Amino acid sequence: MIAMFRGVLKRQKVIVICSIILCLLTLIAIFAPWLAPNDPIAVNLAHKLQKPSLDYPLGTDHLGRCTFSRILYGARISLGYALLIFISALSLGLIIGIISGYKGGWVDQLLMRIGDGLMAIPSLLFVLGFVGIWGAGLKQVVLGLILVQWVYYARVIRGMVLSLKEQNYITAAKISGSSTWTIMKKHIIPNVLPSLAVMGTLEMGWAIMNLSSMSFLGLGVQPPIPEWGAMIHEGKSYIRNNPALMIYPGLMIMLVVVTFNLLGESLSERFGVKRR
Amino acid sequence: MVTYVLKRIITIIPIFLIATLVTFGMINLSPVDPAEAYFTATHIQPTDEMLEQKRHEFGLDQPLLIQYVNTLIKICQLDFGISYVTNKPVLEEISSRMPATIQLTVASLLIAIFVSVPLGFLAGIRKNSSIDHFSRILAFIGASIPSFWLGYLFIFFFSVKLDLFPVEGTGTWKHLILPSVTLAFPLIALYTRLLRASVLENLQESYVLFARTRGIHERIIMGKHVLRIAISPMITGLGMNLGNLLTGAIIVEVVFSWPGFGRYFIDAIFNRDVPVIQGYVVLAAGIFLISNLIVDLIQMYIDPRISRKGRHYQ
Repeated sequence: MIAMFRGVLKRQKVIVICSIILCLLTLIAIFAPWLAPNDPIAVNLAHKLQKPSLDYPLGTDHLGRCTFSRILYGARISLGYALLIFISALSLGLIIGIISGYKGGWVDQLLMRIGDGLMAIPSLLFVLGFVGIWGAGLKQVVLGLILVQWVYYARVIRGMVLSLKEQNYITAAKISGSSTWTIMKKHIIPNVLPSLAVMGTLEMGWAIMNLSSMSFLGLGVQPPIPEWGAMIHEGKSYIRNNPALMIYPGLMIMLVVVTFNLLGESLSERFGVKRR
Repeated sequence: MVTYVLKRIITIIPIFLIATLVTFGMINLSPVDPAEAYFTATHIQPTDEMLEQKRHEFGLDQPLLIQYVNTLIKICQLDFGISYVTNKPVLEEISSRMPATIQLTVASLLIAIFVSVPLGFLAGIRKNSSIDHFSRILAFIGASIPSFWLGYLFIFFFSVKLDLFPVEGTGTWKHLILPSVTLAFPLIALYTRLLRASVLENLQESYVLFARTRGIHERIIMGKHVLRIAISPMITGLGMNLGNLLTGAIIVEVVFSWPGFGRYFIDAIFNRDVPVIQGYVVLAAGIFLISNLIVDLIQMYIDPRISRKGRHYQ
């Protein structure tokens, strides 16, 4: 009994710590313009590749831009776009999953087979192909990631809707004359949302990782916008003398992804949601 | 068993068709005209006539359905068209660069298996021991570390600081180590966790209890029975992760300037070399599906209960 209690407390400790870190990161992202000591895109060649100092807490890059300020601003891009990808993919998956599960029949077959086809292409490869044909850029990467991502939500939601459909209270709602829309809004969506939030936490890490991978390859965020993956891309040429340029942004990516993964895993353990 | 194998083979055909359809749709819905992309890639300023002629050559003036069927027929003949940039058949380009990529992926798979099997197995049979905690930390780092960053960290420590390995290039086994370890790292994390969970699950099974009551030595139970069955989900993971391995190889190849197909693919993206992009995506989907099939069959060979289970559920 005591062991169980301690186990729960321990797991919750992880949830609490991760939530605090994420709140801090969100605050950093929101208040970056006030927190950053320097302009993240102001080029100053006289101050290029400087060591850390009071003016530049983490030194400067090859164009004399403040690394610390760029990292703070980078949180905006990574967290902001990961959230955008999550919300868009979730909405798309929610709509398609509910239609698929509730309607059944050929609509279900068609939607799910499209999903199978999408999943047959490894996700990053799909995004790469998408960007290759539609052109490099943040917009295309985000769109590509959403197009890959909705399938996972749609599948999970479809499964939940299928099992919810058989529940007595849904039948009762139907008999008492509730419209399909009301049943969705009042009974089905509130039931699937908590599991989706847990799933989403895990997917946020995935989105941040892929977004920065694409920027690292030079296909996502374009210079001079500060983004962690793009910073590593720019800093890699100075690995011999200024390794800090690529070490700090990478640490940030890792910190964010570890936090999301830990939080997601702890939440899914607590709420019994299966990871994909 | 034969019906199970046949069934599995038949199910991948429609999935592959849809994957080609998705790729085809991706190209045809895009605002980019392949004829224009061709001239951009070859640095020629086209006239309207030249564009019209190229469109005719690519079959872009035909109805979409016919275009799709033509593409499909060509794919079945392994004809992915001709690269805009090099003017060589895409398949030739891919196959000339494949050996380097295969060398890299096979090496990293082997590293991943050699590390994660003992580690995951020990973590499973000694739950909550220090080796279990170590594997847990490793799994979290492995799942969260960006591989391109890890690659540069390795270059920084082992090539720049310690001067143990070359920074880039191919040839000797020394060139292979850093890239393949980088690529193997996330796999080690994943497989270790998979095997550990599976070992723990199997330890609860009644066959273990039965073997123990029969007085069989613990080492034999673990090595001969538990490990053999517990390894099955790991093999599924292997198949499911082949896609990640393929895309992971692209990034690692870019980091280490490895002359495989991944780097060529990135160049093709920058050049908008549409046939190469399409060819690689379709081919990768094919490889991914077929390897999943092979993995399923291997798994069935190891654990025959699967095909019976499969039949039961169908």
